Amino acid sequence: MTSLLEALDWVLTADSWTGPGGLGVRAGEHLLYSLLAVGLSALVALPAGLFIGHTGRGRGIAVVSTGVTRALPTLGVITLVALAAGIGLTAPMVAFIVLAVPSILAGAYSGVEAVDPQIVDAARAQGMSPRQVLLGVEVPLGLRLILGGVRLATLQVVATATLAAYVGAGGLGRPLFLGLRNHDYAMMLGASIVVILLAVVLDALFALGQRLLARRPGTA
Amino acid sequence: MTAVQWILENLPQILELTVDHLLLTVPAVLAAFLLALPLGRLAVRLPRLREPLVGGIGLLYAIPSLPLFIVLPLILGTSIREPLNAVAALTLFGLALMVRSAADAFGSVEEDVRLAAVAVGHSAAGRFLTVELPLAGPALLAGLRVVSVSTISLVSVSAVLGITSLGSLFTDGFERGIVASIVAGIVMTAVLALVLDLLLVALGRVLMPWRRPAPRRAGSREPAQVGERGAA
Repeated sequence: MTSLLEALDWVLTADSWTGPGGLGVRAGEHLLYSLLAVGLSALVALPAGLFIGHTGRGRGIAVVSTGVTRALPTLGVITLVALAAGIGLTAPMVAFIVLAVPSILAGAYSGVEAVDPQIVDAARAQGMSPRQVLLGVEVPLGLRLILGGVRLATLQVVATATLAAYVGAGGLGRPLFLGLRNHDYAMMLGASIVVILLAVVLDALFALGQRLLARRPGTA
Repeated sequence: MTAVQWILENLPQILELTVDHLLLTVPAVLAAFLLALPLGRLAVRLPRLREPLVGGIGLLYAIPSLPLFIVLPLILGTSIREPLNAVAALTLFGLALMVRSAADAFGSVEEDVRLAAVAVGHSAAGRFLTVELPLAGPALLAGLRVVSVSTISLVSVSAVLGITSLGSLFTDGFERGIVASIVAGIVMTAVLALVLDLLLVALGRVLMPWRRPAPRRAGSREPAQVGERGAA
């Protein structure tokens, strides 16, 4: 228990948070990497997933490729790209995107697919264009699953962003690995607790967002 | 030296690491499965407990793996580099996925069937083992397959803490600049996941011989679904 107290002491000391290598900067980097990776992934995966869900085309390829990339060990991808691209942010970014794209893609196409076909037919029968059907009917009705994919991707990336420090980038992995190297368990533990809190808080925010959206009429 | 040469020369070591990887994976997957069965059944028996149980344990999955490896010694008194610590963490992640599958699987057993089993005189234990478990089997197997694949890919992360597994091929390869080592690690992880998955499917066929894939018949699809989604 002493180590927990030491860790909490370290986390709760203002000095640990300030300065160029402080927890504040590291937590900011951690969030920035995560949002950047999820944002870039969503830019590609959301339109692709909506297209697949709407047209049913390319579904087989999407299912197989998401399955394959899910089995990929992230640490392997990070270290492999780091050997090619050098240390820094490139390698972890590539790995995060590889990790995030399948979740967002799967959420997007299953969200659109889950919409009752009769509703889609009714929308089409009313004379809605394919674009109106997608944006006005399928996306709002499938929003819960679509957001679920983004939520899962965010969680995965926030968790994995710790590994960015292993190949020389920043983030909360920095103090974690520093503690590991210096046999400073309190520092490792403190950094771990901050990562866990960050992940749990982000997930709770998503849960709240999903709940608020579900209350709006016309979405499910 | 080409990648193939490196892999051939280091084959004994790679196989050894594969065994280490399995020694972390198999106990964790097994423990998660066995723990999830009573919890999943309980969630069906007491619907009020379902959300706290399934949702609560499911929350574990939101905890990043590397930090959990580090926090767990605090609770278990293990050391970070101990394989037991890794197995415990992996079991928790497996459990987070498996409890939901188990609750869904037991929940899919029809109430009429359960009542019929009571009526013909099964004891509670007999009903669980000979009626509910076989009927929930296919869904349980599906959950187990997901847990097995995700555990295999999670194990590698523990290598940064110094626990040997196929993940050590990533850390060694990165530190010494050997691409072949990392490639070998990725390939072996995928092979291991595939082999374990096939074994589970085969095991399912043996234990549940009544679950032969149904032969495909022409016109078996609901007419309403044919060709409608692709029209736009």
